[in-house]
Amino acid sequence: MSTYSDDHNKFLKKLKREKILIKITQISIIIVFLILWEVAAHYELINTFLYSSPSKVFKTIISLYSKNNLISHIGITIYETICSFLIASIIGIIVATLLWWNKFISKVLDPYLTVINSLPKVALGPLIIIWVGASTNSIVVMALMISLIISIINIYNGFIATNESFIKLMKTFNASKMQIFTKVILPGNVSTIINSLKINISMSLIGVIMGELLVSKKGLGYLIMYGSQVFNINLVITSVVILGVVSYIMYYVISLIEKKFIK
Amino acid sequence: MEQSVLKINHLKKIYHDKNGEVEAIKNIQLDVFDREFLSIVGPSGCGKSSLLSILANLEKPTSGDIEFAKPNLKIGYMLQSDSLFPWRTILDNCLLGLEINHSLNDTTKKRVIELLKTYGLGDFIDKYPSSLSGGMRQRVALIRTLATDPDILLLDEPFSALDYQTRLALSDDVYRIIKNEGKTVIMVTHDLAEAISLSDRIVVLTKRPSEVKKIYNIEISNKSTPINNRTTPEFSAYYDKIWRDLDVHIQ
Repeated sequence: MSTYSDDHNKFLKKLKREKILIKITQISIIIVFLILWEVAAHYELINTFLYSSPSKVFKTIISLYSKNNLISHIGITIYETICSFLIASIIGIIVATLLWWNKFISKVLDPYLTVINSLPKVALGPLIIIWVGASTNSIVVMALMISLIISIINIYNGFIATNESFIKLMKTFNASKMQIFTKVILPGNVSTIINSLKINISMSLIGVIMGELLVSKKGLGYLIMYGSQVFNINLVITSVVILGVVSYIMYYVISLIEKKFIK
Repeated sequence: MEQSVLKINHLKKIYHDKNGEVEAIKNIQLDVFDREFLSIVGPSGCGKSSLLSILANLEKPTSGDIEFAKPNLKIGYMLQSDSLFPWRTILDNCLLGLEINHSLNDTTKKRVIELLKTYGLGDFIDKYPSSLSGGMRQRVALIRTLATDPDILLLDEPFSALDYQTRLALSDDVYRIIKNEGKTVIMVTHDLAEAISLSDRIVVLTKRPSEVKKIYNIEISNKSTPINNRTTPEFSAYYDKIWRDLDVHIQ
């Protein structure tokens, strides 16, 4: 630091100050929102039966935790999401590789992928319940429906967008297709793959919650569904808040992986 | 000098696509001599790059063939873009060819490190390509090509992506490196000045479908570095003649 000029130190300070300011503003927004919500509930500006309040949400979390096994509800949702995420990522990479490897297969499958991708997967929900049964499996399958195709398409598009001259260079050295794949296509697409993992984790979570809404006895989606059926809005809002935190944490973990791989 | 390393015999190349066929190369007949610097110039789209691709065995000719003086002659191809992999260090980029043909060992690796050191890239061995200037990147690309120790180097407009000053400086460097290493070079370019200042011979192609129009032996008294060659009286004379051969019209 001492080797930099004064001007440069000022510049670094300014950057740092800006970063802190952004963090402070971000945190302020959530605090102000919570205070306004609480105040509005306290003075009965809003109906707490319909809109709940931060303190009620907090109390609900505590009681869910002590009486209703909150951790296992969160756990099952995370477990199902991670299952779907891992399966979609692994199969996604394998199928994308296959499509890249064989132009014929990719041309043949192209319209099918497009149709399956544009199909609203919720429509398949009832079928999946009938075929797979009302269990954790059917929830994972439903989540896979949503996350897998988009993973395949994203990764495959990354593969075929690989710099042509890199591939030509490999060919000038008489590289085999396998060598082109392992030395150019894969390392050149680390960021594509990580980006698709990011999308994949959100998609998996959407799929899992959708599945839990349709069929389940456990999980955050179940709590939301149950809460709405017995008109316990408090429970619904609390579950949504927890879901928000869970999805943020999962996204954050992927970002950490990204930082590790991409400098 | 007059010993030929490869002979291009009645080469013909036709490209096919949905909309029809294009005859890129009609008939090229050419001898390439050992350790010469041969440039191929011609109007744009005349099939210069196709010719290199065929020589490098990336494409098959429609008819005709290429006859090598010795079997197992190795060919190195330096592309127009440096194509350095951003995820590999400079050294790892240069080792790529050796890795691919499974000849990477301590001796060959040492040789590549020596090459990098000799040609002013010793400090960058463990750096990534993004920290290098365009001229240096192109020099790395040349060393990557030399790493597999090819007998014949194919250069496809190696300087075209660079600014003018870098281009002049780099052509001097490349010339020196290639002469030091004693390689035969076939370079494709559309820059006449570059061709004349670097080459021993220049082949002028006709426009598509191409044939050899003329071959010039570049004889410059006091021949030295490419930059100095540009200042000789012969240089402008050749420039004038070849320019007229190219017969460029803007339509």
